Amino acid sequence: MSYFPKWKIVVVVLVGLLGFTFAAPNLLSREHADRLPSWLQPVSLGLDLQGGSYLLLEVDTGYVVREQIAGLVESIRTTLRKEKVKYSDLGLRGDTVAVRIIEAEDRERAGSLLRKIDTSATLETKEDGLVQLRYSEQALVKRKQAAVEQSLEIVRRRIDQLGTREPSIQRQGQDRIVVQLPGVKDPDHIKSLLGKTAKLTFHLLDDSVTAEEAARGRVPPGSMVLPGAEHERGQPEQYVVRKRVEVGGDMLTDSSATYSEGRPVVSFRFNSAGAKKFGDATRDNAGHFLAIVLDEKVISAPRINEPILGGSGIISGSFTLQQVQDLSMLLRAGALPAPLQVLEERTVGPDLGADSIRAGAIACVIGLILVVGTMLVVYGSLGMLADIAMVFNLVLLLAALSALGATLTLPGIAGVVLTMGMAVDANVLIYERMREEQRNGRTLMSALQAGYDRAFGTIFDAHVTTLVAAALLFQFGSGPVRGFAVTLSLGLLASLFTAVLVNRMLVVWWVRFRKMKTLPLA
Amino acid sequence: MQLIDRFLPHGTNFDFIRYRLVAFGITAFLILGSIGAIVVKGFNFGIDFAGGILIEAQTTDGKADLHQMRTSLATLNLGEVSLQEFGTTGRDVMIRIQRQDGGEKAQMEALGKVKDTLGAGYTYRRVEIVGPKVGDELVRDGILAVVLSLAAIAVYVWFRFEWQFGVGALVSTFHDVITTFGVFAITGLEFNLTTVAAILTIAGYSVNDTVVEYDRVRENLRKYKTMSIYDLLNLSVNETLARTILTVTTVFVTVLALLFFGGEVLRGFAIAMLWGLIIGTYSSIYVAMPMLIYFNLRNGKDREKDADPAPQMP
Repeated sequence: MSYFPKWKIVVVVLVGLLGFTFAAPNLLSREHADRLPSWLQPVSLGLDLQGGSYLLLEVDTGYVVREQIAGLVESIRTTLRKEKVKYSDLGLRGDTVAVRIIEAEDRERAGSLLRKIDTSATLETKEDGLVQLRYSEQALVKRKQAAVEQSLEIVRRRIDQLGTREPSIQRQGQDRIVVQLPGVKDPDHIKSLLGKTAKLTFHLLDDSVTAEEAARGRVPPGSMVLPGAEHERGQPEQYVVRKRVEVGGDMLTDSSATYSEGRPVVSFRFNSAGAKKFGDATRDNAGHFLAIVLDEKVISAPRINEPILGGSGIISGSFTLQQVQDLSMLLRAGALPAPLQVLEERTVGPDLGADSIRAGAIACVIGLILVVGTMLVVYGSLGMLADIAMVFNLVLLLAALSALGATLTLPGIAGVVLTMGMAVDANVLIYERMREEQRNGRTLMSALQAGYDRAFGTIFDAHVTTLVAAALLFQFGSGPVRGFAVTLSLGLLASLFTAVLVNRMLVVWWVRFRKMKTLPLA
Repeated sequence: MQLIDRFLPHGTNFDFIRYRLVAFGITAFLILGSIGAIVVKGFNFGIDFAGGILIEAQTTDGKADLHQMRTSLATLNLGEVSLQEFGTTGRDVMIRIQRQDGGEKAQMEALGKVKDTLGAGYTYRRVEIVGPKVGDELVRDGILAVVLSLAAIAVYVWFRFEWQFGVGALVSTFHDVITTFGVFAITGLEFNLTTVAAILTIAGYSVNDTVVEYDRVRENLRKYKTMSIYDLLNLSVNETLARTILTVTTVFVTVLALLFFGGEVLRGFAIAMLWGLIIGTYSSIYVAMPMLIYFNLRNGKDREKDADPAPQMP
């Protein structure tokens, strides 16, 4: 009467084979597993288990916008000067750039000049020759997006240069970057490197005023006051620097740490466009001072003695060797478009990770023994069949985690342990149902059938409600807690298969094998 | 098989529903007490939510001198700094530092100061820093997750059963969640991300239990058309009693394994789960079931039409 259809046996066997195949790599040592293809790998361990550092970074997109608008002001100034258009009141009003064109006959020409500077800015002409330029929301969003993308790339390059093992760098949400560094014990050095924008620019010093005059507020338009990076004796604390960038670090092709006159220095080389600009700037301004500015600080401001046409040079200062190595690495990797801020850091040492794995494993084994024991004591041989189904469930869970490339975390292990307890619930429901049906006078096969069929609706509803909670936990949880949601969900899904289908197959076989007349349930 | 009979009663006829007013009293007390504790005492938020710094330090040799550590850290003026020894060797110290004023950067600087002050002689097994921004977001996400899962569970039960059952499941699950919050407020156990995970698991487990019993009620409503609701609810609890006991046992033993062997990080989670198991089982029997009495199950709309068949076996 209750025969078990052939196709279901085939399904169980196929799923079983798949499960054992994908779970098997977890038995291998790391070296052996590395030789397996990428789709057949053991489950990856979270940073809380293998040790490592997790950093959540945020790109300061507001900076990008301010930078963009400030750049627009400078471009307007340069353009109008070059074209000999008389203007006044150039400046910012909120996020709007305003300029007044003084001569009425210049206004039309100025309008078309201004329009050409940045086509993504919209232009509005008011009375008295006042022109207002502003970026649309859309243009700014685009700019921010680009900055985040670029930051992601720069962060990746910087971390690659440091040579950490299998780093993971991912974008999260609008303006965040998650950096995961397995095996990194102390991320302080990495954090300090990521904290630098490493924006290198060359500016001319403004020698029309002295630093003292500028400090009293007499900064000429088009210039700015920047602090000096080093506090050596004889070095000025502040410099007056022209805002105009002669050459930027984005035109560098290479940079390395080296020695000059026995002191560590950074040598750099421009690409051909950069070399030409650098050559022009040094030729046109011989005798003036060229400030080397890194992250808004003047590293040094040597006098230009002769044009530098080769496109290469050195940056010297009071650097240590480590600083020179870091700086040349940062210049090679490129500047961040905006500063990064560390919002969250979680670092776990490798031995704590190992301890957690051990604790998790012990909890798993003890939990397994207790659950298996309870089912055996209560249901005897049928309990054993439920236990087999539950172990099969664990194999499938491990296989699914491995195949999906999910990450096993410590809370994830807790999910596995709980799954064992909850997975047998389905079999408890089934067995109790069979017991009841048998008591109501049904024959063995009929009770068996009724047990599985009637309990299924209940099992299904009970599973869905728990899965709902797990799904929301996955959606709103973060980090290791997500790992818990994943293992719990996968474990419950697998138990729908093992506790119902696999267990039923086993029970039907068992009953036939023992030629039972009644189920061994009182 | 005699063992089954000994362990798992069948054909019991306990009058659970009779004590419903006592149970409602206890339930009301638990809920009000929990809310009171939450309002008066509040939570001992971990750094996940409050922001701040957590350092698990281990001395490289010899026992940790907590007094000396405390004195030297006090000179830094970092606000509240708590040190706690744990583990068995006397070398492990958990350092918690309150969230620093001055945004994300201030947290990082504080960590640097602490490391400099403690100097060599310590290895840092775990360092966690949560800035104010992330802390606030985690609070918001945690609240959203709990509220949405309660709502989703209620809607599912309403959809699969009838609205009365949805209300019952919602109230009993809410009861479990709020009392778990209460336990955390009263005991001062650290409330962190894994606590939220535990609370959602408790919600899932508790409603699982409730659904099993409701399923039986629905079946019995169809089977015994003239039985009084009072008797019918009692019958349903009794019929599922064996299953309830056994399932609680199996989950209970796994939670015990986590509590005793899962290590420091999972301890809070395991304690919450333990409480949740007890309260979830209680609420399924004494909150979710007796509530149905007041809902006029029989004179509702035509049940034959609503009684959707259980999904078929795969």
